[in-house]
Amino acid sequence: MTKPLSAPLEVGFDYTRSLGPTLSRFMTALRQRRVTGVRGSDGRVHVPPAEYDPVTAEPLTEVVDVASTGVVRSWSWAAEPLEGQPLDRPFAWALVLLDGADTALLHAVDAGSPDRMRTGMRVRVRWADDRVGAITDIACFEPSDEPALEPLDDDGDPVTMITSPVRLHYRHTASAEESSFLRGLAEGRLLGQRCPACGKVYLPPRPACPTDGVPTAEEVELPDHGTVTTFCIVNVPFLGQRITPPYVAAYVLLDGADIAFLHLVLGCAADEVRMGMRVEAVWKPREEWGPTLQNIDHFRPTGEPDAPYDTYSQHL
Amino acid sequence: MAKQQAAVVGTGQTHHAAKRLDVSMAGLCREAVDRAMADAGVDWPDIDAVVVGKAPDLFEGVMMPELFLADALGANGKPLLRVHTAGSVGGTTANVAASLVQAGVHRRVLAVAFEKQSESNAMWALSVPIPFTMPVHAGAGGYFAPHVRSYIRRAGAPEHIGAMVAVKDRRNGARNPHAHLRQPDITLESVRASKMLWDPIRYDETCPSSDGACAIVLSDEPTSGAAAWIHATALRTEPTTFAGRDQVNPQAGRDAAAALWKQAGITNPLAQVDVAEIYVPFSWFEPMWLENLGFTDEGQGWKLTEAGETEIGGRLPVNPSGGVLSSNPIGASGMLRFAEAARQVMGRAGDHQVDGARTALGHAYGGGSQFFAMWVVGSERAGVR
Repeated sequence: MTKPLSAPLEVGFDYTRSLGPTLSRFMTALRQRRVTGVRGSDGRVHVPPAEYDPVTAEPLTEVVDVASTGVVRSWSWAAEPLEGQPLDRPFAWALVLLDGADTALLHAVDAGSPDRMRTGMRVRVRWADDRVGAITDIACFEPSDEPALEPLDDDGDPVTMITSPVRLHYRHTASAEESSFLRGLAEGRLLGQRCPACGKVYLPPRPACPTDGVPTAEEVELPDHGTVTTFCIVNVPFLGQRITPPYVAAYVLLDGADIAFLHLVLGCAADEVRMGMRVEAVWKPREEWGPTLQNIDHFRPTGEPDAPYDTYSQHL
Repeated sequence: MAKQQAAVVGTGQTHHAAKRLDVSMAGLCREAVDRAMADAGVDWPDIDAVVVGKAPDLFEGVMMPELFLADALGANGKPLLRVHTAGSVGGTTANVAASLVQAGVHRRVLAVAFEKQSESNAMWALSVPIPFTMPVHAGAGGYFAPHVRSYIRRAGAPEHIGAMVAVKDRRNGARNPHAHLRQPDITLESVRASKMLWDPIRYDETCPSSDGACAIVLSDEPTSGAAAWIHATALRTEPTTFAGRDQVNPQAGRDAAAALWKQAGITNPLAQVDVAEIYVPFSWFEPMWLENLGFTDEGQGWKLTEAGETEIGGRLPVNPSGGVLSSNPIGASGMLRFAEAARQVMGRAGDHQVDGARTALGHAYGGGSQFFAMWVVGSERAGVR
């Protein structure tokens, strides 16, 4: 069997986080070069603050100022920093117990070398020059016995929201069966597979028939024309959309297939598309072909009479 | 029927809104949890275990709510479970919590479900550009609209049914102080004049995007007087696609309903159920699920809607709370249906109380109509009629 096809899949979004009262005070203080914690029911000072008490689950409201200096309680060397981490050069992840706090804060220590790191060492906050009210206002910690920079009051609004970007870099790999389908598409062919148990023809083929659970090994070449079973007209623009609305997203059942797939129908006004409409593929120019269903630019009406309802009703 | 009976003894929910920027996710959950505990008359030491559900992770970028929210959910030192079943998760979470009581594992269980849609973008999250595929997907509406069209064709339903459901649910929502959308003046004409988003689904026939949470306290014995006894629960699943799949009337939903009615001892759901909270994110799903649930024969669901029988005062009031069409914190929407069913039989549904409700259905579905969760609750213990 040939190697499965794979391609990058990038997923990224700037999620927001409304902070609520407790974390709002923490973030606002960071902007002023202050670190604050919250006192728990057992008297411990939690830094960063816990919104709810770990013991009683009651809301915690007593804000306590702690120092911008502290002690490393434990650490781990990050030799190869990753995207989005606090420093772009090797650093230590450390649990830092700030003076006046009873719980440790996880952050980066810019020590230059693991030789300069040890449990029990003194560190201080290196404040970011431009502070916005986020944990990144602490640029990192640095080894030092000296105090950190003094707080700097501001009269800005309380910080109530942070942005928390997520970037996921995947490699999406198609199954062996889908890969042979995609390679067929690169040659302008539509290759499905038949389930040996139920006889249904799947396009794209599956590693196993969803009904019978057995491999669908027998290859079946299908024509590039078929019937619109059902459809909708997309009028809504949205983030990440790659086709400009309005467009018709239709389930196309190729002649000889037992399952329909979603594609685009053009070549007539959107409100002329009908259930049962006969359609054919309009391929992109051959030089643009690759292993993708996008080789078919869209489907267009063939002009044949509509398929009788009974011929596709079991595919709805 | 379970040997150990379980009951809902308290429910709580947030005020649902497009943006609840005043609270964190933890604070949002606690608004619901604190209300549920107060409704049940219990405190943290009374809770033996916590079950939490939320919508798919990309929806709000939280992958481990069980880790993130343990303090806020009072779960330290207790069992904490997380449930995943897409949009039906709130209902599934309630069923999992019920099973822990029915199995005799725990006496009192707190179930919580939430969603902060404002912190993300659900349409984006549902339309990730998978390589090699045709990028025609357009969120949940784009997914369900073709199947709604199939229903209309198959049932021969008149075009105005979808608008009728929207009018009913939004007017019901106006009676519910927690509802996100409260539109007492909505009319058939205004719905039909609203923009066609995913033809055949119009803007006013579509659920909103909401921030909100819901919580339920389940117990083996009443704690505060009223209780909604669980008469039956059912969960069923099927693949998103397979050759010959019935996308309009999915087998998993029919199977779940059949098991549910049997377990509850209900032989004629339309006659024996007093009120139903059904997961209707797009208005046409009311008649579709009426059929799938067996309240009517196939192709007849729209006639019940058209006759006004699903309004408060009708034979089967559906979504007196305003339903998903009035509030849609996705992760919590299923639990809201389950909680609203319980409130009805506890006589605690306020201005949207259905008079004399003794038996109620809570229903949720998720994914591509592939996960189904439901329960029947009653004002009396199961077996007592």
